[in-house]
Amino acid sequence: MEQPVLQWQAGTVTAIRPETLKTKSFTLELPKWMAHRPGQHYDVRLTAPDGYQTQRSYSIASAPERMGELELTVERIEDGEVSPYLHDVLVPGDQLEVRGPIGGYFVWEVSLGGPLLLIAGGSGVVPLMAMLRHRAAQHATMPTRMLYSSRTADDVIYRDELDALAASDRTFEVFFSFTRQPPTGWTGYRRRIDAAMLGEVIKPFDKRARVYLCGPTLLVEAVANTLVQMELPTEQIRTERFGPSGA
Amino acid sequence: MAGLISRGFLGRRRPAEVESRLPPGQYLVTDFPVLSAGPTPHTPLDKWSFTMEGLVRSPKTWSWAEFQKLPTETFTVDISCVTKWTKLDTKWLGVTVDTLLQAVQVDPAAHYVMAFSDGGYTTNVPLDEMVQGQAFVAYQFDDKPLAPEHGGPARLVVPHLYFWKSAKWIRGLRFMERDQPGFWESLGYHIHGDPWKEERYSGD
Repeated sequence: MEQPVLQWQAGTVTAIRPETLKTKSFTLELPKWMAHRPGQHYDVRLTAPDGYQTQRSYSIASAPERMGELELTVERIEDGEVSPYLHDVLVPGDQLEVRGPIGGYFVWEVSLGGPLLLIAGGSGVVPLMAMLRHRAAQHATMPTRMLYSSRTADDVIYRDELDALAASDRTFEVFFSFTRQPPTGWTGYRRRIDAAMLGEVIKPFDKRARVYLCGPTLLVEAVANTLVQMELPTEQIRTERFGPSGA
Repeated sequence: MAGLISRGFLGRRRPAEVESRLPPGQYLVTDFPVLSAGPTPHTPLDKWSFTMEGLVRSPKTWSWAEFQKLPTETFTVDISCVTKWTKLDTKWLGVTVDTLLQAVQVDPAAHYVMAFSDGGYTTNVPLDEMVQGQAFVAYQFDDKPLAPEHGGPARLVVPHLYFWKSAKWIRGLRFMERDQPGFWESLGYHIHGDPWKEERYSGD
């Protein structure tokens, strides 16, 4: 497969939008934009006046249909080096060096089809959101479900957009689960993702489901192992993990 | 590599003795992050084997019990993942590729190795970077059996290359005449992967 050479470019920050208390979305305008595949990420590089540099990888949240720009959703890691800079220092008009898009396995495009099951823990929802936005932009109708585990209602990223998408698209359903503090009056799931929950959500797709699973390592390990025990073919399960690191 | 100065960024400096051990663009971690493309395979030890094949006079296969009898060494090495983290002084127990090579006669035409794993993962490494203690098959980490999510029962460790070259759940080595891309190498990652040259992606 022919691979493009990835070069650093200075993007211009055009918008910063808070998503939750701990996450913000950053829109960058790129001089050398190229279409990404939903699920891919970009590298971000910061340089201090004395030349010191550090890099991190962040998932792309936007759909490739948004030409010329890129949205990254970043969780602020308390003792981090890069995410606090992005959250606390960066303002619209600033420049940010990035290169990408990167990654060729944890990707989904409309051409790959469905039925599609997206499973997220915490900010693991970000690359899955790029897939959903791409799917919506293409008006695709393959049956799609998202199972999204968060600690509390305040931690859910893209809540309004997901609800609106589910309300307007009969082929898409979203299931939230809250592991600590569900919203008042919540009647849905209120526990960690387990075999019973997975069984219910995957039921209409059965073993045909194409699964994309992203979140903290413990969640991804547990869910992927459960899916294998449910005899879902392993080649239909694609995972992306982040540990306590990734600051 | 020059870069645009990031307004208001000073960075978190480490002591010089740590900084000097971090390849360009890497940051220090003290935990052990997990990255893999799919579910963790769980091969029972009585079904596990390790095979040397390809350009060898006759292939060699060890069972788990036989592999345990091979001479081991402990290794304390720094590891760098292409996702930017570096972990210093990781402690492993394993068998060097040199030891494994004593059991086969490799064809002089072989210059590259493809490591292959449970779950279909593969990664390529030049043969001359696998010998003289540069690579080993590890089955203990920090004096404990290697956990499945970190590649157990056994993984390849090639500490001088990015950690995707250190194939988890390894089941063997295939000797080849010409270099061929493995799993990540055919998905945009660098064919060689030296962190000190920052060979992250194809074309770097």
